[in-house]
Amino acid sequence: MKVYDAVVIGGGPAGVTAALYLARAGVSLAWIEKLAPGGQVLSTEVIDNYPGFPKGIKGYELADLFEAHLDGYEMDRYHDEVFEVQAEPGEHRIKVGEEWITARSLAVCTGARWRKLGIEGEERFAGKGVSYCALCDGNFFRGQDVACIGGGNTALEESLYLAKMVNKIYLVHRRDCFRGDRVYQDKVMSHPKIELVLHAVPQSFIGGDEGLTGLVVQDVRTGKVKTLPVAGAFIFIGQDPEARFLPSILNRDASGFLLTDMSMQTNIPGIFAAGDICSKACRQVATAVGDGATAAHSIRLYLEKLNA
Amino acid sequence: MANQVADSSFEADVLQNDLPVLVDFWAPWCGPCRAIGPVVEELAQEYEGKLSIVKMNVDENPSTPGKYGIRAIPTLILFKGGEVLEQVTGAVSKTSLKQMIDDKAF
Repeated sequence: MKVYDAVVIGGGPAGVTAALYLARAGVSLAWIEKLAPGGQVLSTEVIDNYPGFPKGIKGYELADLFEAHLDGYEMDRYHDEVFEVQAEPGEHRIKVGEEWITARSLAVCTGARWRKLGIEGEERFAGKGVSYCALCDGNFFRGQDVACIGGGNTALEESLYLAKMVNKIYLVHRRDCFRGDRVYQDKVMSHPKIELVLHAVPQSFIGGDEGLTGLVVQDVRTGKVKTLPVAGAFIFIGQDPEARFLPSILNRDASGFLLTDMSMQTNIPGIFAAGDICSKACRQVATAVGDGATAAHSIRLYLEKLNA
Repeated sequence: MANQVADSSFEADVLQNDLPVLVDFWAPWCGPCRAIGPVVEELAQEYEGKLSIVKMNVDENPSTPGKYGIRAIPTLILFKGGEVLEQVTGAVSKTSLKQMIDDKAF
C-alpha cells in the first residue's frame, strides 16, 4: 500500500490550491480528482468576481489555468473516485477506485453538488427535461418554455442566462420574495420572458417517453394545484456536500457540511477540509482558494509535529 | 483516442459496428463534458479492440441527439447491435462507467 504525507481529494479551486501549496512545501503528495480539474468552475459560464480577471473569465478557461499551474510539480495523480475513507490518525486509509492508499494527513476538498427536489418524476426525467445545469442543457430548449425552481442567486442568474435562448421561463419559488442579490432581482422582475410563480411548491414532473411535458406546482396559500406546460425544468435549490465516502465520526452541521476550526482542521487529527464541503457562510472560488491555502499550511505544521 | 462521429457516419460507425459502442454526446462549451473528457479518453485506450468509444459534437450534429431524445449533456449511450443497452447523463466517474460497460456490453 502506498503511503503519502498528504493526500488531497478534489480538483476544484480548494483542492488545486491545497495541492499546489503542499507540492511547493515538498511533502510526498497524492492528488485525487475523479474528473477533469475545475469542479463547479467548469459548469460556470463566466466568473466575474475572482480577482485578477477584470473582464471576467470563462469557467473552463479558469479550470485549464488551475491545471496548468500544477504542471511540473511532483505528485502522484489519481484519476478516479474515492469510495471510502477510514480514519486512523497518522495513517488514514483511502479507497480510490479499486486501490487502497495511506495518508498521514488528508485534505478533503470534494465540494458540493446540486440538491435534488426529491419529487415524483425527477429521476425519470433527469436528462430528458429535468436539469441542474443551464449552461450545459439550455441550448436544447431554444425557443421552448421552461421552468426554473429556486429563489437564490443561482436561480436568478441562471434564469437570466436561459432567457437569452428560451421562449418563456416560469420562475417558481415557494416564498413571495427572493434571497438573491438586488441587482439580479431587478433584472428578473423586469424581464419580459420571465413569469414569476410565487408561493408555489413543485409537486411532480409529468411527461412521456419523449421527455418532460409539465411541472405540477401547488400554491402554498390556497392549496390549488396547476400544471406549468414546460419541456425543461432547471432546479437551483441549494447544495448538498459531497461527503458520502467520509467516516461518520467527522463532525458535520445540520445540512451535512463538515465543521472545521480556523485552521481547516476537522475533529479528527490529520483530516482537514477546504472549500464548499465546509460549513461556512460564503461559497465562492475566492473563499475556496483561501481555504485550500490554509488547509495546506495547517497540514505542513501538523506533519512537522508528527515527525518531531 | 476516441474518434468523432457525425450524423452522416452514425449508422455505419455505431449502429452497424460489430463491437459494442459507447457514444459520448458532448459540446465544446459544456463544462461537465470537458470534465468527463479525460475519463472517456482513458477508457477508449483500456477497451481498445473490445469496445469502440466515440464522441459526437451535438452542436454540429443535431439529428442523432434529437432521435435519441437527448436534452442534457454529457450523455453517454452504450449501443450493441444497433440497440441502446444503457444511457447515463452527467459527469460520472471512471469506475462507474467501467462497471456499466462491464455489466452490459459483454
